[in-house]
Amino acid sequence: MNETMTNDLPAAALTTQISFRNFNFYYGKYHALKTINLDIFRTQVTAFIGPSGCGKSTLLRTMNRMYDLYPDQRAEGSLLLDGMDILDKSVDINLLRARVGMVFQKPTPFPMSIYDNIAFGVNLQERLSRGQMEDRVEWALKKAALWDEVKNILNQSGMSLSGGQQQRLCIARGIAVKPEVLLLDEPTSALDPISTMRIEELIAELKAEFTIVIVTHNMQQAARRSDYTAYMYLGELVEYGVTDQIFIKPQKKQTEDYITGRFG
Amino acid sequence: MADSTKRKTSLGDWVFFNLTRLFALLTLLILLGILSSLVYGALPSIEKFGMSFLWTRGWNPPMEEFGGLVHIYGTLVTSLIALIIAVPVSFGIALFLTELSPAWLRRPLGVAIELLAGIPSIVYGMWGLLVFAPLFGQYIQPFLAATLGHVPFVGRLFQGAPMGIGLLSAGVILSIMIIPFIASVMRDVFEVTPAILKESAYAVGATTWEVVWNVVLPFTRVGVIGGIMLGLGRALGETMAVTFVIGNSDQLDTSSLYAAGNSIASALANEFTEAVSPVHTSALIELGLVLFLITFVVLVFSKLLLMQLAKQAGKRT
Repeated sequence: MNETMTNDLPAAALTTQISFRNFNFYYGKYHALKTINLDIFRTQVTAFIGPSGCGKSTLLRTMNRMYDLYPDQRAEGSLLLDGMDILDKSVDINLLRARVGMVFQKPTPFPMSIYDNIAFGVNLQERLSRGQMEDRVEWALKKAALWDEVKNILNQSGMSLSGGQQQRLCIARGIAVKPEVLLLDEPTSALDPISTMRIEELIAELKAEFTIVIVTHNMQQAARRSDYTAYMYLGELVEYGVTDQIFIKPQKKQTEDYITGRFG
Repeated sequence: MADSTKRKTSLGDWVFFNLTRLFALLTLLILLGILSSLVYGALPSIEKFGMSFLWTRGWNPPMEEFGGLVHIYGTLVTSLIALIIAVPVSFGIALFLTELSPAWLRRPLGVAIELLAGIPSIVYGMWGLLVFAPLFGQYIQPFLAATLGHVPFVGRLFQGAPMGIGLLSAGVILSIMIIPFIASVMRDVFEVTPAILKESAYAVGATTWEVVWNVVLPFTRVGVIGGIMLGLGRALGETMAVTFVIGNSDQLDTSSLYAAGNSIASALANEFTEAVSPVHTSALIELGLVLFLITFVVLVFSKLLLMQLAKQAGKRT
C-alpha cells in the first residue's frame, strides 16, 4: 500500500548521500510521515513538492533532527547520512547540524552585525585566527552573491538589510560552516520576484559543492532548479524521480493532477 | 433619524476622547504636584545644608545636624547587592522555564514564581528578621568571611561581626523580593522570541546555552533591561522589609557589608513620627526628594543604555 513508484533513475556517477528507510514520523499521536523510502543524491538539487500539510517540511526537518527541540515529536525507522544512522541516540547533534545546514521560510538574521552573523556558526565549530575568519566570511558572502553589496558595511546589523539580502545572508551563514548538505525550507516564499530569481541562480551555483534539498510551493521553481523531485501527499511519498520525467510524464495520476494545477 | 444617531456617536467620541485625555494629563499633574511639594517641603533643609547634604554623614536630630550620605549609601548598596544576586538567578529561572524545563513542570513553576511576587513585603521583613537573619549570621556570614573575606580588595566587604542583620542581609532579602519580577518579565520576553529565529541558531550547531546567550538575549534586550529596571525600582523604594533587617544605624565608619546601616525609605518610615523640629522634618523630606531623583536618574540611565545598545547593533542608523 505504501509502495513507492519510482521512475528510472540513472545510476551513473551518482552516489547516495541521504537515504530514508521505512521512515515514519509522529507529532504526538498523529502519524505525519508514513513509511518513507527515499534516496537523495550527492551534489544534486532535490525538490519536495506537494500540497500544504503533506509532510514535505516535516521530512526536511528530520535531516538535521530539528524536531528534537520538541519533546512530542519522534521519528522511527532509519535515516542514513553517508551510511551512518543519524537517528541513533549517540549522534552528536551539534556536529550533525554543522554537516547539514538549513535556511528557513523567512529570513532570520541574528541580532548582531553582518560579519558576526557569519562568524557565529563558524566559531562554534572551529578555532580560526582573525585573518582566517575574515577570509571565511568573505568566502561565504561571495558564495552567497552578497559580498559586493555588504563588503563596506560588515559592522552593520544583519537586520538592517533588505529581505532578499537577509535571506542570502542566511544562506551565507549556512554554508560558512562548510556543510555537506543544505536544506532550504521554502527559501523564497517571503521574497519578491527579483530576490527569488537571485536565490534560484544561487542554488544552481551552490549545487556544484553542496547537496541541496529544497521544499517549495512554487512548481516552476522545482521544475527549473531541481534535478530530482519528490511529490508527497498526506504524509506519503507518491512519486520520486528525475525532475524532467516527473513534470513531463508522471507515472501517477495524482502527481499529474497536482503539477498541472488540477488540485492543491 | 440618521442625523441624530450620528450626533450621538460623535458626542460619545468627544466625551471618550476628553475623558482619556483628562486621565493622561492627571498623571502628569500628580507627578508635578508631588515633585513641587517635595521641593517646597525640603526648602528649609536645602537652605541650611546646601548640596553638602548629599555627602555629609552626620545625622543628629538633637543637634539639628543632618547629612544624607548614610541613607543614600545604604539605599544604593542594598539595591546593588539585590541586583547582583537577582539578575543572574532570574536569568537562570527564565532560561530553565522557557528552554529546558519539561512541559509539565513549566506551569506550576511559573505560578510559584508569580506567587512569590504576591507575598506582602511586611511578611518578607518578619521572615527576614526572625528566620533568615539568625541563620544568615550563624552559617552564611562566617562562611563568607572565611572565603571571600581573604580576597584582596573585596575581602574588606565581608569582615566584622556576623550579626545576621545589616546591609548585606537587606540586600539578600531585597534580591529574593525582586527575583519574581525580573524572572517573570524575562520569561515572558524569552517566550516571544520567534521559534524560527531560535531554530536558525540551532541549525548552525549551537547549543541551548549558545542560542540563549547569543541570540535570544540580544533579541530581547529591551524587555530584559525593562524587567531589571522594574526590579531595581522596587528595590530602591522598598521600605518595610528593609527596615526589619538593615539594622537602622546612622553610622557609616566601616566598608563592611556586615555592618548595620540605613536606607532612605527605612529612615523615613522610622523617623517621621518622631520628627518634631521643622528642620528634621524638612531633612526627611529632602531625603524623599533624593530617592525620587535617584529613581529618575536610574530610569534615564536605562533609556540611554538601550539607545547605546541599539546603536551598537546598528539597528537604527
